[in-house]
Amino acid sequence: MIVLQAVAFGFVAVGATVVVLTRDPLRQVLAFAVYGLFLTILFLFLQAPDVALSELAIGTAALPLILLVTLAKLREAQHE
Amino acid sequence: MSERIRIVVFLAVATGFAALLLWGLIGLPAFGQYQGPYGDVINAVAVPERHLTNMASAVNFDYRAFDTLGEEYILFAAVTGLALLLRQARGEIEEAPRGAADDRPVPPPSDALRWLGLIAAGVTNLFGLYIVIHAHLTPGGGFQGGAILGTACLIVFLSLGYASYRRVSPKVPIQFGESVGAGAYALIGIGTVLAGGAFLQNLLPLGQTGKLFSAGTVPVINFAVGVEVAGGFVLMFTEFLKETRRIISHR
Repeated sequence: MIVLQAVAFGFVAVGATVVVLTRDPLRQVLAFAVYGLFLTILFLFLQAPDVALSELAIGTAALPLILLVTLAKLREAQHE
Repeated sequence: MSERIRIVVFLAVATGFAALLLWGLIGLPAFGQYQGPYGDVINAVAVPERHLTNMASAVNFDYRAFDTLGEEYILFAAVTGLALLLRQARGEIEEAPRGAADDRPVPPPSDALRWLGLIAAGVTNLFGLYIVIHAHLTPGGGFQGGAILGTACLIVFLSLGYASYRRVSPKVPIQFGESVGAGAYALIGIGTVLAGGAFLQNLLPLGQTGKLFSAGTVPVINFAVGVEVAGGFVLMFTEFLKETRRIISHR
């Protein structure tokens, strides 16, 4: 279990760094969704399934969608 | 401010924050060493006292149910504010977005995607309902299950398109569900006061530990939260997804 936790921590650290270093907003949203999946796995290995479920639904689906819609709207406004 | 001054200021502030962070980290208990007495007390007491097997739900919907009431209304207020901000103005009509070429419609999703979406939405829906109903027995609860039910509707949007999404989530029943779920939580609390207990005190029969109908008011409150959160999420998605439509002003 400790090995799994260490691996999950590593993935979360790498994922967070990638999200911060990505400059293009569209790619950043996708990186953020993957980062949410890493966080979900970490919470699962830390034996917090309640938190993992919340993170899965909100961090990997709901929040990225809202950001994507906002980006689409901004792009549309730029074209006009 | 020149770049050099900015770098100097940044380095000074960053060093200070790094020192504070390090100071805080040194004071933390070792990884995995839980020191608070509260969790241990709950673990020892909740099963015999409340006949439930999910300690997180014991805290959320029983011992600290009043706090969760506030949490639920945070979500309710946020979704209400969102619906108010993104409301349809008078004289605005929405229509399907057009492709890059004006005379050609956006192609419909492929059959493979539609079938996959249909299966995924069904499984996700069932999973969300399971998570809502079994809050007092297994991990999860109204908040998690409600959010999962919301994402089931999102899968419908992603695979079948906007029209199908609006068909599976008609606005009036969704708004009704959200409001009733939020109001029911407070009404349960008032009901326990009228029955002679404290606000949100667990007065219903506790039943047998591990059964679906057990743990008194916990599954009842939790179900109200599940309805509210599912309604709130779907309403939020609807408001955002409406923004992907072309909005034409008629004056």
